[in-house]
Amino acid sequence: MSVKQIIKKCEQLYNDIDLFYVQEWKEKHKSRAIGFMPVYVPRELIHAAGMLPVGIMGAGDLLEIIKGDAYFQSYICHIPRSTIELGISNRLDCLDGMLFPAICDVIRNLSGMFKLMFKDMYVKYIDFPQNFLKTLGGNFYQHELRTMSDDFSQINNVDVNRDDLNRSIKLYNENRAVIKELYDLRSQNPHLVPGSELYLLMRASNVLEITEYTALLREYISETVCEKRPQRDNIRVVVTGVFCEQPPLALIRALENSGCFIVDDDWMLGARFILGDVALSNDPINALADAYLNHTVCTASKYDQDGNKGAFLIEQVKKAKAEGVIFAAPSFCDPALLERPMQQKALNRENIPYTSFKYSENTGQFQVIKEQTGTFADSIKLWGDS
Amino acid sequence: MEVRKEKSMTLQKDMFANHFKRLSRAGEEGRKVVYTFVPGNLNELIRSFDMLPVHPEINALQSAMRKKSANYIREAEKHGHSEDVCTYVKCDVGMMKTGNIGPTGEKLPDPDLLLLSYTGCFTFMKWFEILRQEYNNPPTVMLQVPYQSDGKITPEMTNYVADQLRDVVVPAMEKVSGTEFDAEKLRTFLASSARAEDDLVAILASAKNKPSPIDAYFGGVYYIGPIFTAFRGFDSCEEYYRVLRAEIEERVNNGQGPITPEGQMSEEKYRLVVEGPPNWTSFREFWKMFYDESAVIVASSYTKVGGIYDNGFRHDPARPFESLADYCLGCYTNLNLPSRIDLLEKYIKDYDADGFLINSIKSCNSFSAGQLLILRELEDRTGKAGGFIESDLVDPRYFSPANIKNRLESYFQMIDAKRRTVRNA
Ligand code: SF4
Ligand code: SF4
Repeated sequence: MSVKQIIKKCEQLYNDIDLFYVQEWKEKHKSRAIGFMPVYVPRELIHAAGMLPVGIMGAGDLLEIIKGDAYFQSYICHIPRSTIELGISNRLDCLDGMLFPAICDVIRNLSGMFKLMFKDMYVKYIDFPQNFLKTLGGNFYQHELRTMSDDFSQINNVDVNRDDLNRSIKLYNENRAVIKELYDLRSQNPHLVPGSELYLLMRASNVLEITEYTALLREYISETVCEKRPQRDNIRVVVTGVFCEQPPLALIRALENSGCFIVDDDWMLGARFILGDVALSNDPINALADAYLNHTVCTASKYDQDGNKGAFLIEQVKKAKAEGVIFAAPSFCDPALLERPMQQKALNRENIPYTSFKYSENTGQFQVIKEQTGTFADSIKLWGDS
Repeated sequence: MEVRKEKSMTLQKDMFANHFKRLSRAGEEGRKVVYTFVPGNLNELIRSFDMLPVHPEINALQSAMRKKSANYIREAEKHGHSEDVCTYVKCDVGMMKTGNIGPTGEKLPDPDLLLLSYTGCFTFMKWFEILRQEYNNPPTVMLQVPYQSDGKITPEMTNYVADQLRDVVVPAMEKVSGTEFDAEKLRTFLASSARAEDDLVAILASAKNKPSPIDAYFGGVYYIGPIFTAFRGFDSCEEYYRVLRAEIEERVNNGQGPITPEGQMSEEKYRLVVEGPPNWTSFREFWKMFYDESAVIVASSYTKVGGIYDNGFRHDPARPFESLADYCLGCYTNLNLPSRIDLLEKYIKDYDADGFLINSIKSCNSFSAGQLLILRELEDRTGKAGGFIESDLVDPRYFSPANIKNRLESYFQMIDAKRRTVRNA
């Protein structure tokens, strides 16, 4: 496939809020599917049980909210209402379960709402460890993982063994490696991997079966390096704060059109949450827990045990040779918005310029944001080297 | 009207005044100070090391009652904090940025230890990360309390918390305080806690009487003060609840209603259950909207944020760490949404309420996300009138008296209409 065809396919998947792909996959494989909310879930466990992990990142600007608003006050972010809307409009019927990772109280309470509203569905809230000692948080998390793995075996009527888990871990390791390659390529040659394309590719991780997905990414990489695309005089930025409710695609395009190359980001973070490989071992559950405790990204929902707020972001900036940071956060998002002043303080110490705005997944107007980031880009071009 | 001060009120006032005095002298007396949260607080453990707790939420609500929160919030927003986030955090940050003057006008000491009891609210974590950065990295301990997502406490959950207490929290406290852990002292405190808890349960249950001798929300927030904060485990706390219980039993015997800021309520027209925290910036005005209509709150979820005791839980000297763990795990906001609904439904029935009301707090996701579903479910299950109002804890910009009053008036009319329907049926 050409780059154009690959992106077209990804865009189709992005627009597929009825989850036709999932329905077809289930039909074809005579199997089941488990949905999950942002940010991270150990998809390996779902895969090892022969099921399809399906990321549900709200409905963006693709769905008119008719009933979902009746479940949430105006001062709560948008993603839970569009997720409820997806549920009550039967679009999640093809999912046999939903996982709610512990990232904030909205997602947490949403898990209880699902328990009440969708009684036939397996609903699991995943409490991740905030203590990172193997004997404490590690033990607790291993128990969570084993419980989930047992539940998945039961749901799909299979017996998941060590080899199944290791096979899945291997496939996800490969996938993470390709994603890293893609991100590295973009960071080195941002004009070859436009942010909107990379975003669509990442969104495909929500549904595509993992081997198919890895193959698609490989194909994109080999095709895009041959593309002739214009070099632009854009500034290089890291976009942060978009780990849960996703920015509309048009917003990502607007950022780029305002003169920014996005050279790193935290959207679709779950697919990049584990850094490096999960070990293949005799005890794969232990390996997954270990990876979580020791080799994951820093993000707002994870406790910063070292008291070194902003260090990870600064590292991202340096590694990607970014010239500035764009703090984008969903309105009313406590995790992103409470994190922000701490990170900004850290950036100030390093003299890294930044700009900030809020959005909502269904924002339709970007003119103000575009002007703001455009001015930011201009000021960096003008004063950046001084 | 002159309101007679009950003995319990004087006791409580003195307890808090002394506590803040001791805090202001902590530096010169070499006493260590632990900042920690109300839900899942480890008062007995902290005090067993002879350290003093500071509760930032209490400072925030006190600032609001003293009309200082607006300025503090503005100060925090000036420092880059978003208008969208929890106002408790901003009120606290603003207070710190303007000299950290506590509720009694005395300066609060800086923390020697940030004890992040991570119970029932995600924002707690961000809040203490912010304080940690602001105070240049003082010793900080995270105590993760798993969420009761399936509506129960499993042995793994209890063990996880108890193990963190043993392996992380106690060593950190030993280091900061320079004192060795004294298991006997902890046990003594826990036994005292349990006795005070018995009295608290009796006090809150007194609202089952008709008329109710207490208001279990507006009055209730005063009743929970000592036991939810710095005093649980102490003789003074036991004495307070003993005295309060006796006062309330006397009210029951005399058939008296609750005491309000304007004297005793003479009539009990509406019995309500309330979900959600109160508004603190206009607390008196808010309360008045109820007692003016002869509405009394007979049970509230807010009086359970620092521990639910009417389900039988007590701190237990025989299982010190495990019972502290179960205490942390059992606080109201650590219950999942279905359990919260079950509890409210039980209160509506047990306390023979005419209806229930949700005060939805704009900046508190922990309470507010999902409350509209709570409203529907409770209406369906109980057939009682459900009301919904919106305000904020400490940001006066979000307290709109005319709006709330209007809503309450329609709500009381709704209860009247339901009553007529039942009578005519
Ligand atoms: S957008 Fe923020 S507040 Fe909303 S569900 Fe996601 S993490 Fe929570
Ligand atoms: S979000 Fe709610 S529970 Fe959490 S700190 Fe703020 S007011 Fe308290």
